[in-house]
Amino acid sequence: MSALFPLIVEAAVTRRHGKVLVGPVDLTLDAGGATIVIGPNGAGKTSLLRMLHGIARLHSGRIEWACDQDTARARQAFVFQTPVMLRRTVQDNLAYPLRLIGMRRTESRAKAAEMAARIGLEEALGRPATVLSGGERQKLALGRALIRSPDLLFLDEPCASLDGRAMREVEDILTTAVRDGTRLIMSTHNMGQAKRLASDVVFLLGGKIHEQGDAKSFFETPSTAQARAFLKGDIVE
Amino acid sequence: MGDLWDGLSQAFFLLVTLDADLVEITLRSLRVTLTALVIATVIALPLGALLAVRRFRMRRFVIAVMNALMGLPPVVVGLIVYLMLSRSGPFGVFGLLFTPTAMIVAQVIIIVPLIASIAHQALRELWSDYHDLLLSLNTNHVQRMSALLWDGRRALLTASLAGFGRAIGEVGAIMVVGGNIDHHTRVLTTAIALETGKGDFALALALGFVLIGLAIAVNLAIHWLTQTEREGRW
Ligand SMILES: Nc1ncnc2c1ncn2[C@@H]1O[C@H](COP(=O)(O)OP(=O)(O)OP(=O)(O)O)[C@@H](O)[C@H]1O
Ligand SMILES: [Mg+2]
Repeated sequence: MSALFPLIVEAAVTRRHGKVLVGPVDLTLDAGGATIVIGPNGAGKTSLLRMLHGIARLHSGRIEWACDQDTARARQAFVFQTPVMLRRTVQDNLAYPLRLIGMRRTESRAKAAEMAARIGLEEALGRPATVLSGGERQKLALGRALIRSPDLLFLDEPCASLDGRAMREVEDILTTAVRDGTRLIMSTHNMGQAKRLASDVVFLLGGKIHEQGDAKSFFETPSTAQARAFLKGDIVE
Repeated sequence: MGDLWDGLSQAFFLLVTLDADLVEITLRSLRVTLTALVIATVIALPLGALLAVRRFRMRRFVIAVMNALMGLPPVVVGLIVYLMLSRSGPFGVFGLLFTPTAMIVAQVIIIVPLIASIAHQALRELWSDYHDLLLSLNTNHVQRMSALLWDGRRALLTASLAGFGRAIGEVGAIMVVGGNIDHHTRVLTTAIALETGKGDFALALALGFVLIGLAIAVNLAIHWLTQTEREGRW
């Protein structure tokens, strides 16, 4: 359905001030499903997502989409660990990605209103985004990321500041998106959520992919000692 | 003491009767400074935004020049503009010396660095907020700058008002390039300097009150803008 996949990543490395943040990473991803990226703090989850999305510089290796770079980028969206709120109303935040691709104001605002209803922010449409609560910000960022119906959605710990009910709502939105053909690559510290959403898992440790594979077998029979320890909640170095 | 009292009462009289000279000078001041402000804003705001979003090679140089210009005494700016516009200078053929246009040029040079620098600071902060999202949305430089200019409009208005305050109260540069010619280039500040020198405190004080009034209005506006910004109102 989408021309984005397969994604082929070969020996991709991102550095910052000479220090390797993540890599070398080898990875092949096909359309559909949800890849959950897990690992301890500082393992490189955020860096991996940013590198794949193309907003962290690739220092060596390659990241190849099935289509050209610009098309690939236009079909992706990213929800950041700390959501970015434009200093505009909720409605204008949601409409912004549509305005960028030239959609007329009235039409984009109508779509924004639809999206607000989908993410449960219809009451807040006219409010400045900067006064939203942490959870509402997460939802707004998610809605804004979904508004162009991306083929691939990156989520960096999207439920970090959500309570149980809001998390459930977000997971429902994500499941619907996956059913509609959006692929997810998501980092999380919540193992319950990882198990509910994952079709496959990437386990990062020290900036490298330590273990990777089908979600069911990873959670039931992790093959490395570190992954076993991490799943048990032990400290992994 | 008697001088002061006389001057004050006459100044009030001039103000309430809308004395013709007073009105003429005030309107000229506003015309010159508002024109300079519009031109300076059109240059300075995009410059501030550009400095915030782009890491070009000349960036540090431009910022250094901007800061240097900001520290320059206005009367020196006046001297330079004078030399440029005087009969033998490079722009002498236009015959602009001792015209309101020359005063506008000088004011633009004085306030562009000020406005650009305040704008740059505000937009740099906004840019560090927006950076990730705008990169992720694959925006081009024009889209980035317009997002910053639009969403930062309150801070930018404050920057412009600061420029207005600086320009309307400036005396050295416009005295040099305008010449303080009656009915032609005489504005609030140069008129005050002249009338004070002549010992005619009534008009000087009345003009001074107008200036003070404008300064208070500008500061109230800045205060109000920062207030609404902080409360997240639009
Ligand atoms: N801009 C940067 N400059 C220097 N080091 C960085 C930078 N960004 C990240 N790092 C380092 O890279 C490593 C990986 O960071 P990253 O944010 O990818 O981890 P993470 O797995 O997302 O962690 P967390 O679970 O805490 O979000 C960390 O050691 C971090 O300190
Ligand atoms: Mg992270």
